Amino acid sequence: MTGKKTSVGDFLFNTGTGVFALVLVLLVAAIGVVLCIQSMPTIREFGLNFWRTQVWDPVSGEFGALPFIWGTLYSSFIAILIAAPISIGVAIFISELCPNSLKQPLVFLTELLATVPSIVYGLWGVFVLVPAVRTVQMWFPDWLRTVPFFSGPRNGVSMLSASLILTIMVIPFTSSVAREVLKAVPMAQRETAYALGATRWEVTRVALHYARVGIVGAIMLGLGRAFGETMAVTMVIGNNPKMSLSLFAPQYTMAAVIANEFTEAANDLHVSALIEIGLVLFIVTFAINAASRMLIWGMTHQKRQTVAMPVKVVSEQAS
Amino acid sequence: MRNMKMRWRHVTLAVGLALALVTVGLAKISINGGGATFPYPIYSKWFSEYNKLHPDVEINYQSQGSGFGIQQIQKQAVFFGATDGPMTPEQLLGAPGKILHFPTVLGADVPVYNIPGVTAELKFTGAVLADIFLGKITKWNDPQIVKVNPGVPLPNMDVTVAHRSDGSGTTYIWVDYLAKVSPEWKAKVGVATAVNWPVGLGGKGNDGVTSLVKQTPGAIGYVELIYALQNKMTYGAVQNANGEFIAANVVSVTAAAAEAAAKMPADFRVSITNAGGKGVYPVSSFTWILLYENPKDKVMAKTFVDFMNWMLVDGQKFAPGLGYAPLPAQVVALEKEALKKIKLQ
Repeated sequence: MTGKKTSVGDFLFNTGTGVFALVLVLLVAAIGVVLCIQSMPTIREFGLNFWRTQVWDPVSGEFGALPFIWGTLYSSFIAILIAAPISIGVAIFISELCPNSLKQPLVFLTELLATVPSIVYGLWGVFVLVPAVRTVQMWFPDWLRTVPFFSGPRNGVSMLSASLILTIMVIPFTSSVAREVLKAVPMAQRETAYALGATRWEVTRVALHYARVGIVGAIMLGLGRAFGETMAVTMVIGNNPKMSLSLFAPQYTMAAVIANEFTEAANDLHVSALIEIGLVLFIVTFAINAASRMLIWGMTHQKRQTVAMPVKVVSEQAS
Repeated sequence: MRNMKMRWRHVTLAVGLALALVTVGLAKISINGGGATFPYPIYSKWFSEYNKLHPDVEINYQSQGSGFGIQQIQKQAVFFGATDGPMTPEQLLGAPGKILHFPTVLGADVPVYNIPGVTAELKFTGAVLADIFLGKITKWNDPQIVKVNPGVPLPNMDVTVAHRSDGSGTTYIWVDYLAKVSPEWKAKVGVATAVNWPVGLGGKGNDGVTSLVKQTPGAIGYVELIYALQNKMTYGAVQNANGEFIAANVVSVTAAAAEAAAKMPADFRVSITNAGGKGVYPVSSFTWILLYENPKDKVMAKTFVDFMNWMLVDGQKFAPGLGYAPLPAQVVALEKEALKKIKLQ
C-alpha cells in the first residue's frame, strides 16, 4: 500500500476494515453512553451518596454501593498480593531458567489454565476450595480469631475463598504477560551482564529491572481480570453486603450483585442502581486495562530504540 | 442420458415447490413469553404437549425470573409474562394497558437443614423461622426450637442461615410468609424478590442454597418443594395458622389453595401464605401468567386463550407428577370466567 498504485480492491479493503475498527470503538462508546443514561435515575436520586452508603435494601428502595466496591477491591487486591510473586516466579522460571524441553509444555499449560471457563473454577471452588478453607478456619486458634482479619463465622464461603479462587484465575494471565515482557528484554542486556561476570541471579535481576514497567503492567492486567470476575466469585464469597476487614466473613462484589439481582429487579430504581454499579465497573476495568496495556506496550516497543546499558548504570538507577 | 438428468431436475424442482407450498399453508403461530423460573418445568411440559395437539401453535418461554417477566410484559416485549409474586399496584400502573393475573399452579417453599446427628423431621413455628432468619436465634438448642421438638437431640451448635443471593420468586414466598408471622420481619426487612437479609450466606439458585446447606454443619435454608423432592432432601414441617405442624406435599399445598378459593379476589392477586384450615401447608403460593386485557395481536390472543382453557382443564393433570399442586375446581371456574374478559376483537 505505498500510495500511488492503490487499486479499487485495495481501497475497498482498506475502508472496509477501517469501518470495522471504527465500529468497535463506537461499540465501546455506545456501551458507556447507554450505561450512563440507564443509571440516571439513581444518579439523580442518590448522587454521590450511592458510593458512600452501605445499606442495600431493594424493599425500601435504599441503595448504597460501598459494600460491593469494598468487596471487589479487597478480594482483588488480596488475590494480586498472592498472585503477583507466584506469577513473576513462573515467568522467570520459564523465560530464564527452564530447560528448553520443559519450556513449551509449561507455556502451554499456563495458557490452558487461562482458557478454563470461570464457572468451572466456581464448581471446583464450591466442592474443593470451600471445604478446605473451612477446615483451615476450624483449626484457627481462638486467640488468633480475636484479630479483626480472622474474626467472624467459620463457614468456608468467605472473602478468603473468593480471594484464593481469584488468585488461581489471575496467575495464568499475569504470568503469561510477564513472560512475554521478559522475552522482550534485549539479549544484549543479559550478554553484557554475563560479560561483566555477573552470576545467573544477577543477570535475572538485570532482566527484571529492565522489564519492571511491563511487569507492573502484567500485574495490573491481572487486577483488571480479578475486578470483573463474576461467576466463580459469586459461588464462593457468600454474597452478603456487609463491609468487614475479616477474611472469614461472607462479603459481596460488584460483578456478583449484578449477576445475582438483575433478572429479578422489577422496580426501576433497583435496575438503575445495578446499572450504575455496572457503569463504575466498566470505567474502572477500562482504565486499569488501558493503563496496563500502555505500560506493556511501552515496554515491548522500547527494545528497538534503547541501546543496552551497562549493568552498573542500571543498578545505580535502581538505588 | 442428458434428458434423464433434466427430467430428474424437474421432478426435484416440483417436489421442492410442493413442500414449500405445504409449509406456507400451515402457517405457524409463534407466541413468546417469559418470566418466573419456578413454574418453568410445568410450563415447558404444557407448551410441548399443546404443540403435539396443535402443531401450528408454538409457545416459547424464557425462564429468566419473575422480575424479567414483569418488565417484559410492561414493555410489551413478550405476549405473556409469568411471575411468582403478584404485580404491585405501582408496577401495574407502569404498564401501558390493563394487565390481568391468571393463577396456573401452586408451589411451596420448604425449610431444609443440616444438623449433624439429627435425622428427624424438625418442626418449626412461624416465630422460630422468623427469629432464625432475623438472626435472633443463634443456637440449635435454643429453648424455642427445643420446645416444639421434644425428644430431638438438638446440639449446642451455631445456626447458619442460607438464603438466595439472586432475586427470586422462591424468596418472595418465603419472606411473604415470614412477614405475616413476624411483625418485626415486616417492619425491618419487608417483602420482595430480593431483600436486605439481616444475617446469612447467599447462594445462587436452589442448587446454590442446597450446596451451602449440605456443606455447612448447622445450616438452614429454604428451597422449592419440587427441588427438595427431586433431590430427596429432608425438610421440616411448618406450623399453620390452625396450630398444626404440616409437611409440604401436593395434598397439603392443594389444601391451601382450596382454603384460598373461598375468598379469592376478582383479580386473583392473592397471597395464601400462613393460611388457616385443616391440613394446610402455610408456605404455599400460586404462580401467575400475566396477560393484557386488550392485547394488540388478536390472532395470538385467540390462540393463547384457547391454550389457557386447555391448561386449566387438561393441563392440570400434569401438575402432581412434577411436584406442583393443581388448581382447585372453584379457581378454575373463576378463571374461565375471567378469560372471557380478554378482548379478542
